Amino acid sequence: MDLAFQSLAMVSDLLSTGDITSVELTEVCLSQINSSESQVNAFITISSDLAMQQATNADIAWQEWINGKSDQKPSPLNGVPLAIKDVICVSDIVATAGSKILEEFVPPYDSTASERLRDAGAIFLGKTNTDEFAMGSSTENSAFGPTHNPWDINRVPGGSSGGSAAAVSAGMIFGALGTDTGGSVRQPAAMCGVVGLKPTYGRVSRYGLIAFGSSLDQIGTLTRTVEDAALLLQVISGPDLKDSTTLQNKPPNYLEMLSKTDNLMGIRIGVEEKNIMGSLQPEVEKSVQDTIKTLRHLGAEIVPVQLPHTKHALEAYYLIANAEASANLARYDGIRFGQRQTGKNLWETYINTRSKGFGKEVKRRIMLGTYALTAGYYEDYYLNAQKVRRLVQKDFVQAFSKVDTIVGPVTPTTAFKIGEKIEDPLQMYLSDIFTLSGNLAGIPGISIPCGFDQSGLPIGVQLLGPTCGEQQLLTIAHIYQQATDWHKHIPRLEH
Amino acid sequence: MSYEAIIGLEAHVELNTNSKMFCSCRVVDSTTSEPNCHVCPVCAGMPGALPSINKRAVEIGILVSLALNCKIEDVSVFARKNYFYPDLPKGYQISQYEKPLASNGYINIGDDHNTSKIHIRRVHLEEDTGKLVHTNDGEKPRGVSLIDLNRAGVPLLEIVSEPDIRSPLEAVNYAKELHSVLTYLEVNSGDMEKGVLRFEANVSVRATGSKHLNTRREIKNLNSFKALQRSIEYEIKQQVTAYKSNETILQETLGWDESNGKTIFQRSKEHSHDYRYFPEPDLPPLIVNDNWKNSILSTMPQLPHTKRAHFLSLGLTDYDARVLASQRKIAEYFELAVKLGSDKNPPVLPKPIANWITTHLFSIINEAGKSIDQIDLPQIHLVSLINLVHSGRTNASSAKLVLREMCKTGESPEIIVAQLGLQQTNDQVTITKTVDKVLANNPDQVTNLLDGKDSIFNWFFGQVMQAMDGKSNPDLVRTTLQDAIKKASYNRGTE
Repeated sequence: MDLAFQSLAMVSDLLSTGDITSVELTEVCLSQINSSESQVNAFITISSDLAMQQATNADIAWQEWINGKSDQKPSPLNGVPLAIKDVICVSDIVATAGSKILEEFVPPYDSTASERLRDAGAIFLGKTNTDEFAMGSSTENSAFGPTHNPWDINRVPGGSSGGSAAAVSAGMIFGALGTDTGGSVRQPAAMCGVVGLKPTYGRVSRYGLIAFGSSLDQIGTLTRTVEDAALLLQVISGPDLKDSTTLQNKPPNYLEMLSKTDNLMGIRIGVEEKNIMGSLQPEVEKSVQDTIKTLRHLGAEIVPVQLPHTKHALEAYYLIANAEASANLARYDGIRFGQRQTGKNLWETYINTRSKGFGKEVKRRIMLGTYALTAGYYEDYYLNAQKVRRLVQKDFVQAFSKVDTIVGPVTPTTAFKIGEKIEDPLQMYLSDIFTLSGNLAGIPGISIPCGFDQSGLPIGVQLLGPTCGEQQLLTIAHIYQQATDWHKHIPRLEH
Repeated sequence: MSYEAIIGLEAHVELNTNSKMFCSCRVVDSTTSEPNCHVCPVCAGMPGALPSINKRAVEIGILVSLALNCKIEDVSVFARKNYFYPDLPKGYQISQYEKPLASNGYINIGDDHNTSKIHIRRVHLEEDTGKLVHTNDGEKPRGVSLIDLNRAGVPLLEIVSEPDIRSPLEAVNYAKELHSVLTYLEVNSGDMEKGVLRFEANVSVRATGSKHLNTRREIKNLNSFKALQRSIEYEIKQQVTAYKSNETILQETLGWDESNGKTIFQRSKEHSHDYRYFPEPDLPPLIVNDNWKNSILSTMPQLPHTKRAHFLSLGLTDYDARVLASQRKIAEYFELAVKLGSDKNPPVLPKPIANWITTHLFSIINEAGKSIDQIDLPQIHLVSLINLVHSGRTNASSAKLVLREMCKTGESPEIIVAQLGLQQTNDQVTITKTVDKVLANNPDQVTNLLDGKDSIFNWFFGQVMQAMDGKSNPDLVRTTLQDAIKKASYNRGTE
């Protein structure tokens, strides 16, 4: 059995029975990284020493439970190697956010998500590559080189959580955290053939997540199966005093409903009638249509829905995200942490530090965001964008009064070539066209593998749910995965 | 042509909460604490750190707003105020902008004969900045700017008045009333020299009687009542002079140079910041419901103006009422003394109690450089002392000495009077004997007195008091002496 490509749930079972040890699993991952990382570049930092030390401790915990010395069963994540996107702070490991300006920044604190994983006994194998400050859709905007798609190393893995998606896809890790501000978990998941879950805004604490667009950012998961996503979400979700925007209700048990039934009888699935934004790749459209058919065969009722305002979502999204980003990135001034490029005086130090420290896309977005907030333009841009946002939210509330989930494409195309869109920001922004309205509305979404194009590149389908609808969303997606095997395909990297 | 000044004041009030506005760091005296020892990822603006609202600071904000007769808003919103400066870790200050905590209040200032109502435009919560320390070439480290973030994130309440103030003196009276309210509420130490209460004045002048508002100039960082008064006086003179010579006033921000008694130009309107305010996405709107408001209202102590009115009704002079009501501790000291005085038989009235406190006790306190609660003088001892004087058991000059001893030792006046042998002699026989003896010993002076040199009488009075160690009842000595001299005069007439 090739352990590297097993699901998280499977290896967790093997750990709990003592059939494998966490140290063995960690070595499996390290060897997979060793053989593939030079082609994929999924990681910015590999923390093998920490991982081996954590694995040793995790094995002791399992042993004590197996031998009856402890009556507290370890978490299913105890001893499971995971990777964390480099915009999420993990105590004492460099957190670059994909930026030169934070190249040597070591946070002395854990994010709430990583703290909860740590407490559950998870193994931190490393920090994954990302577009600088999560600004991008291809992981090409990283100061540490682009990540390559394991299905075709000449292509992008999507982004911004491209490192996490590629690492899971290439069998380097059993699951990873990503972040999704406009589709940055779901889009790379689709392009790398893995499962990407973006929970409801506020379901997972943002404390320790290096902010991009604070009202849109949400930590999500990248895994091989829907069940694995549920396992991770169970641990990282829930209220947090350190993040005032977390939802106050306690999360339900995401796992208990998963296998209650194997059909979708009584489930109403919404399909947007006019969702096709011009340039949907025909194979993507066909796979999505096939998915809808499969869901109907599983017993679901297909209901047409309208989301009339989502056609303005892209503009509203970029105004709000960039406006928030322009303030969020003001702290990178070279004064207290990160790289400082000293100048003749204070203002020159600011200018040098930020000119040299930030990449092109980040500077573009800071300028756009600053402009949108400037006196005289604020009403036209920022306030109007907020109005659109409320209309989009209303569209979804109305749609979810009729259906349980809305199904559609994740991205207009499968993975594109590295360099193909990097000089054309607008084309790049359009690759998030189907995902970002979910962030504006704050609702959960999941991207699951649903086919391949003629070049053998994976295709994903998106299921959106109402606020706090993760449990049902995961259940529907899980039933689909039980009936299909798209998620079982693995890329063949040539060594 | 005569001119009138139009003045509005902004007060920045540090709130003496245990912890900072958005994190759990302790609030310390930033003038004496070791630099950067009360700093965490949140108040240092580290990547990924998020603010959480200090509930106590909000409660204090509401309490102060209620004391200033403001309307508390049901929903207020925190906002980001964006600008770059090294003492501002995040590159933005979390403040309130479009929706402040409270608005539309007022306070009355002046005395009974001349009151004016100063309206409060708004009261809002925000966080303080850190402090920059610039070292000189002679100091170590040499010629650098150092940052202390202990003060960064300390809760600040900004109180903005309407431009209702018409003179520098009125500005000071308003500031003093505010100071008094804040110290009554015990939300601020009132130590202005430590910068815990700072003012900014907006000043313009116009022809008396005009309804037009001219361009205003803003004087920042006024840290004493004296600076407030002098800087406004100076600014009014400057503007009047300018208008008289047909110059225009430009909207400017000024500083105050206390040693030279001049304002200093800081920046013009063209160079004023565009703060690009927008709602803080990391904090949900602040909701204040009636229950919360009412429970805060129930903790409201009596305020200075209520105390003042009460003291006037006790028969005190306007001056005494004002002085005794100026500080909560003094007012409460006086009130308990009045209550204990009324229980005495015969009762000790408020007026003599007020006299003893404002004259003798204050001089002892001032000499010792202490506040009234640091003096070991129970009110019952003060009242008993006054009672001893009134009943003639000790005389007023002895009593002053007794008061000093009481403050030193904490003993009751009866014990101290006995210890020091200061009981007053009311024994007529002894007094008559002493008077006769003094007159017999000074026949020449008696002759002078009888020849019409009336001032000799006081000399005799002093001689008798001295002969009795100052312990005799002065009234008895006076009448006995008068009688004896009348008798001598009669005797001379009959010779």
